[in-house]
Amino acid sequence: MSGGVDSAVAAARAVDAGHDVVGVHLALSRAPGTLRTGSRGCCTIEDSMDARRVADMLEIPFYVWDFSERFAEDVVQDFIDEYREGRTPNPCMRCNQHIKFDAVMERGLALGFDAIATGHYAAVVEGPEGKELHRAATWAKDQSYVLGVLTTEQLEHCYFPLGSTPSKEEVRNEAAQRGFFVAQKPDSHDICFIPDGDTRGWLADRVGAEEGQVLDSSGEVVGSHQGAHAFTVGQRKGLQLGYPASDGKPRFVLEVRPTTNEVVVGPKEELALSELAGAAMSFAGPDPVRSGYAQAIAGNEFGCEEFECHVQVRAHSDPVPARAKVTDGEMVILLDAPLLGVSPGQSAVIYVGTRVVGQCTIDRTVSALAPAHA
Amino acid sequence: MSVYLDHQATSPMPQAVKEAYLEAMSIAGNPSALHRGGRAARALMEDARERIATMVGAHPVEVVFTSGGTEAINTALKGSVWAHQREHGAEAPTAIASTLAEHHATLDVITWLHEQEATAWSEIAVDDAGVMDLESLDQVLGERKITVVSSLLANNEVGSIQPVPEIVDISSAHGVPVHVDAVAALGYQRLNFRDMGVESMSLSAHKVGGPVGVGALVLSRYALDIQALHHGGNQQRSRSGTMDAAGAVAFAVALEVRAAVREEGEHRLVALRDRLRAGLLNVAPQCVARGSLDHRLPGNLHLTVPGCKGDVLLYLLDEHGIHASTGSACQAGIPEPSHVLLAMGVPTDEAWGAIRLTLSYSTTEAEIDRVISVFSDVVERGVRAGLSKRTKA
Repeated sequence: MSGGVDSAVAAARAVDAGHDVVGVHLALSRAPGTLRTGSRGCCTIEDSMDARRVADMLEIPFYVWDFSERFAEDVVQDFIDEYREGRTPNPCMRCNQHIKFDAVMERGLALGFDAIATGHYAAVVEGPEGKELHRAATWAKDQSYVLGVLTTEQLEHCYFPLGSTPSKEEVRNEAAQRGFFVAQKPDSHDICFIPDGDTRGWLADRVGAEEGQVLDSSGEVVGSHQGAHAFTVGQRKGLQLGYPASDGKPRFVLEVRPTTNEVVVGPKEELALSELAGAAMSFAGPDPVRSGYAQAIAGNEFGCEEFECHVQVRAHSDPVPARAKVTDGEMVILLDAPLLGVSPGQSAVIYVGTRVVGQCTIDRTVSALAPAHA
Repeated sequence: MSVYLDHQATSPMPQAVKEAYLEAMSIAGNPSALHRGGRAARALMEDARERIATMVGAHPVEVVFTSGGTEAINTALKGSVWAHQREHGAEAPTAIASTLAEHHATLDVITWLHEQEATAWSEIAVDDAGVMDLESLDQVLGERKITVVSSLLANNEVGSIQPVPEIVDISSAHGVPVHVDAVAALGYQRLNFRDMGVESMSLSAHKVGGPVGVGALVLSRYALDIQALHHGGNQQRSRSGTMDAAGAVAFAVALEVRAAVREEGEHRLVALRDRLRAGLLNVAPQCVARGSLDHRLPGNLHLTVPGCKGDVLLYLLDEHGIHASTGSACQAGIPEPSHVLLAMGVPTDEAWGAIRLTLSYSTTEAEIDRVISVFSDVVERGVRAGLSKRTKA
């Protein structure tokens, strides 16, 4: 229970459904702020009090579990390390992967609980081969992307009471009817451990910011920058190159090279990718072979033939048609049409229809301009 | 069956106290008013002051009602520092000596005074039972001029009774006054303020079945001129604000009720506590009983359970209807390892597993046996939950 309206209503629905519910608020920082400011952050004392108030109204026990150490290592440090490597991480997915559905679930199961209920908008559906993760009823609020890291085993113990709710407005109305003071509390955005929202400044303090060169794809120096970590593949704004490219077209970040502190820029078409691949993968629910989407490849530890799917690379981007396969310990996603501006470090979540099949953290991309599979 | 073993957090109000409290609240009159109603309220207030003074061996003029133990401690310590500065000049150096095993109401005041008034903090060592080291006290008092020594009378977490007579003797030899925080000891020990020879003593009503929001600073008539923390009328010596006659009455009755049951119940309470200790250690022999085993509050049992987190144990006990505590405060809602255990030299990973069970005279044998009967299940599940893996998946 973060102290927000979603987890409050999720808890209430779980209680109404007759479950034996205990509220848990996660302390993810050892030095939380006293009051929430704006719509950022989720971990102030005020948020914890809001969560406790709802638990009291529901007459359920409430505990604050301190996972700040694990959060610092597995989410915050990972975030810094990934940027240091020139990658673009998704800390919410890391938190789901290592904290919410790992550390919390582990402790909960050890205490004798059957499931962890959260206020995520996603659905767990009983399929022919076991539990499956599906998109929420409402496209606009669907959070299945950030849950793409759930494993089959974790899915067995997940419960998302908001999955079938048609709109956020309905959740707010329900909270108001239940008398929850948090009914109109603003949604939290941005990264919870960067309370002022200045991600670049925060990273500069931790990764360092040294002046470096901006190159075009032929290697020619076209400008300078104040620290490569501040740039993300696909970024157009803030390059400050001063004069236009020879072809007069706007330039985008194509690549961030942290070891040499270089940023490579080029025209939009050079952003186009035909293939995404990553070795760190997981499957939410039955794997593609058992699900009948793909045929097993003999001889591999785990591998599967190509199957048709959609891939989504950001929490709020559109899914695009693709074919996925697992081969040589890598998930390879072949895009039906080129996709622009995807950075290593992002997670590619694979859907078949509304079902989340699995995901990988992208560590290799293939340009659509390069000869295929060169 | 619900079992309440958190009397050191707050103790339920007996029926006689509720009745006296309600009756006193029905009087319309500010104790400072001169009319009939005011006089009636004042009569109740001063009667309560005399009764409390009698119960703790003080003169009525020495009993200053406060909003609780925290205000009493703040008044005593800040008041001592400021009284010293008024007498010797604003720049006069001040210093407070205490152990690191005091209640936060003391530690946080000293921290604040250190930051705000540059008051020095002289740390007195504690032993592994949470008892003040008297040699360390003597040494600290010899090192610099101390404004006031502050000590618990009995530790609120681990229950160890402090050697107050010796603390007073040593401090007096150095000409230093002593404040005692008697909040945890009140109602479990016979207190005689005059015989103790301390300069001030802090008390709280709700730990003995009185109302929350009522306490007292017992302040020697020979003490420095300690002024009110909040100004506005000086309705009492060292305190401003409308006097709470009903609260004072309820406090007095609670103390008297408690004293009466203590006379008869002390041996029984110790026997119950020891039965609980033996029973829990029998089913979970890996647990460690903390604090002094000989000189401790009769109703206090404090254990650390290896491999467990205290808050998880509380949840598991709560599931069985047993109300207990880790004994230590939360910082910003986040459980902390007990600073008392850390001061005693208990390693942090062991300190996490603290659990405090505090009985009172109303506790029954059946309740104790119920706790013993569920404890092995609680510890087993607590250990399982405590073995959370540390590394990335």
